[in-house]
Amino acid sequence: MTTLTLSKALNEGLRKALENDPKVLIMGEDVGKLGGVFRVTDGLQKDFGEARVVDTPLAESGIVGTAIGLALRGYRPICEIQFDGFVFPAFDQIVCQLAKMRYRSLGKLSLPVVIRIPFGGGIGAVEHHSESPEALFAHTPGLRVVSCGDPADAFAMIQQSVNSDDPVIFFEPKRRYWDKAEVDVAEGLAAALPLDRARVLVPGSDVTVLTYGPMVRTCAEAAVAAAQDGRSLEVIDLRSLAPLDTATIVESVRKTGRCVVVHEAVVTGGLGAEIAARITQECFYQLEAPVLRVGAYTTPYPPSRLEEHYLPDLDRVLDAVDRTFGY
Amino acid sequence: MTGERRERRAQLATPLGPFERMAEIRAVEEHIQLLFNEGHVRGSTHLSNGQEAVAVGVAAAARLTDVVTCTYRGHGQALALGLTAKEVIGEIVGRTVGCAGGLGGSMHLVGPDVGLWPTFAIVGAGLPVAVGAALASQVNRSGRAAIAVFGDGAANIGAFHESLNLAAIWQLPVVFVCENNLYGEYTRIQLSTPVSDLADRAAGYAIPGLVVDGQDVAAVTAAVSEALERARADGGPTLLEMKTYRYSGHSKSDPGSYRPAGELDQWLRRDPITIEAGRLIDGGTATAEQLAAVSSRIAAEVRRAAADALAAPQPAVAEMLIHVHG
Ligand SMILES: Cc1ncc(C[n+]2csc(CCOP(=O)(O)OP(=O)(O)O)c2C)c(N)n1
Ligand SMILES: [Mg+2]
Repeated sequence: MTTLTLSKALNEGLRKALENDPKVLIMGEDVGKLGGVFRVTDGLQKDFGEARVVDTPLAESGIVGTAIGLALRGYRPICEIQFDGFVFPAFDQIVCQLAKMRYRSLGKLSLPVVIRIPFGGGIGAVEHHSESPEALFAHTPGLRVVSCGDPADAFAMIQQSVNSDDPVIFFEPKRRYWDKAEVDVAEGLAAALPLDRARVLVPGSDVTVLTYGPMVRTCAEAAVAAAQDGRSLEVIDLRSLAPLDTATIVESVRKTGRCVVVHEAVVTGGLGAEIAARITQECFYQLEAPVLRVGAYTTPYPPSRLEEHYLPDLDRVLDAVDRTFGY
Repeated sequence: MTGERRERRAQLATPLGPFERMAEIRAVEEHIQLLFNEGHVRGSTHLSNGQEAVAVGVAAAARLTDVVTCTYRGHGQALALGLTAKEVIGEIVGRTVGCAGGLGGSMHLVGPDVGLWPTFAIVGAGLPVAVGAALASQVNRSGRAAIAVFGDGAANIGAFHESLNLAAIWQLPVVFVCENNLYGEYTRIQLSTPVSDLADRAAGYAIPGLVVDGQDVAAVTAAVSEALERARADGGPTLLEMKTYRYSGHSKSDPGSYRPAGELDQWLRRDPITIEAGRLIDGGTATAEQLAAVSSRIAAEVRRAAADALAAPQPAVAEMLIHVHG
């Protein structure tokens, strides 16, 4: 076991992926010499060379389009989009090509492309640098959309994503890059939870709290706080946002009868809406309260002075938990 | 506000105007660095010190009714167009006196009354918007031109190509001003761009492309004025490449250590404020002592503006919710 930050765990996972398969490449703006603005690819160009860790010009559509061509020729490219808001010049390639080529070829062509996107706020950055656009991708058939919540998952999930024959949009919780935890970097992937499965992080009996990415830690803290009030929260880290692990979600909510979905993204049209609809359909007779959602307000990401009011926090999670008892 | 901004814009036409405004931009940027260092603001900022002549030259050449789309490295451009130091600093430190009420921050300055549309923090995004403004002028014969200011890195994103092509086939009154400061973030231009003069790319669109000394405010003003004149006379778009340099790193957290030793010093020897001072002194417009006095007056004004900005209230939390829809 080694103590690693989430960003270093990703770095180690990427290193493993590069070591294990010569077809794995990394590309993006300033990923090579600099090692990425968050240093996730630090040292990889030095060790694997400029042909495998490629600094590109400023050209997101070009980066993803090129990755598609590489993938169709047998490579497994990993693209870094520097910040959430910069993915949109590439959105066309992702939604119109990357997501659909397998379907168009009757399953003959696969596109093992990983697109890493640091997402979410909490670091005092502004618009384009703090956003949570995951629902746009989860809404697109053909993409796998995942997010890691801690260093151990970061290490395993990035490797699993590289191994996936489907394109994966890999959302990295930016404000948790510096969170530390024990990671077994010698451990292979055999024992790791599959990429498309949710994890029951904190078992509980009163309310199911579903979350992912940066809010995982917040919800785990909420469970500790709620326990002091005698309430038992079951916190589930969804990990995979598309496809959703509906079975794990349903099993929990049928048990607790109450559910709160927590994400940093704007509530309107967010993943919480999809999840609430599924739960309503599958757990209607067990529900003691409507599924409540905690997320950001429906407004563009505010400047740093206001972000603490904008982002969901412990209090907003606990408040929603309380409200599930009001019905 | 508008009156003061317009007055400030008109000052650029006075003999000392460009010198004063460049000195002000320099002082503001130095202050902003300080405010970040002292922890008054979280997050990042992109300083334009070293590039003052481009901002001031563009503003001096443009009419008040023209529009300028520019980037997150836009503090200088905003000041040059007429926004006050208090409005710019206030915005960056998130106070209600800021040009966007403290809701925009460093990368999103705005002042439509003097031609500053909300600045663009997505690289390349401002180019097609300027083209749209120019198309409107062509349709309604308003004589208003558009200027897109962007970096060398932006010349490699698709929006650049689409915009220059559209402007060229429709012969629109738009001037593309590329601030070639040799770096896009941490990457030197030679590693991202095959041509050494981005102005050469104009040939691909059959429009004029010129290399301009971006450290010489008179040269910038002359080149932009000429391009605007051509644009207004239905002569179509122009690509101007301003050779310039940013003295600071890309953003607050970047010390710029990837730059070869001595490069910064070499550019400091071509400092735009010093060059303009030399011209004023050589031409007998002002003495070195007079210019030194002007500089210290401006430094004091900027200090006061920063203090006023910091003393102003922060926006109420509810403010962030009310401007989403009309
Ligand atoms: C579409 C997009 N991709 C990436 C970024 C991140 N980014 C911000 S500035 C920058 C470099 C831009 O360089 P250049 O155009 O030369 O402008 P300069 O910063 O030198 O003024 C990059 C990559 C962004 N803002 N937008
Ligand atoms: Mg540049």
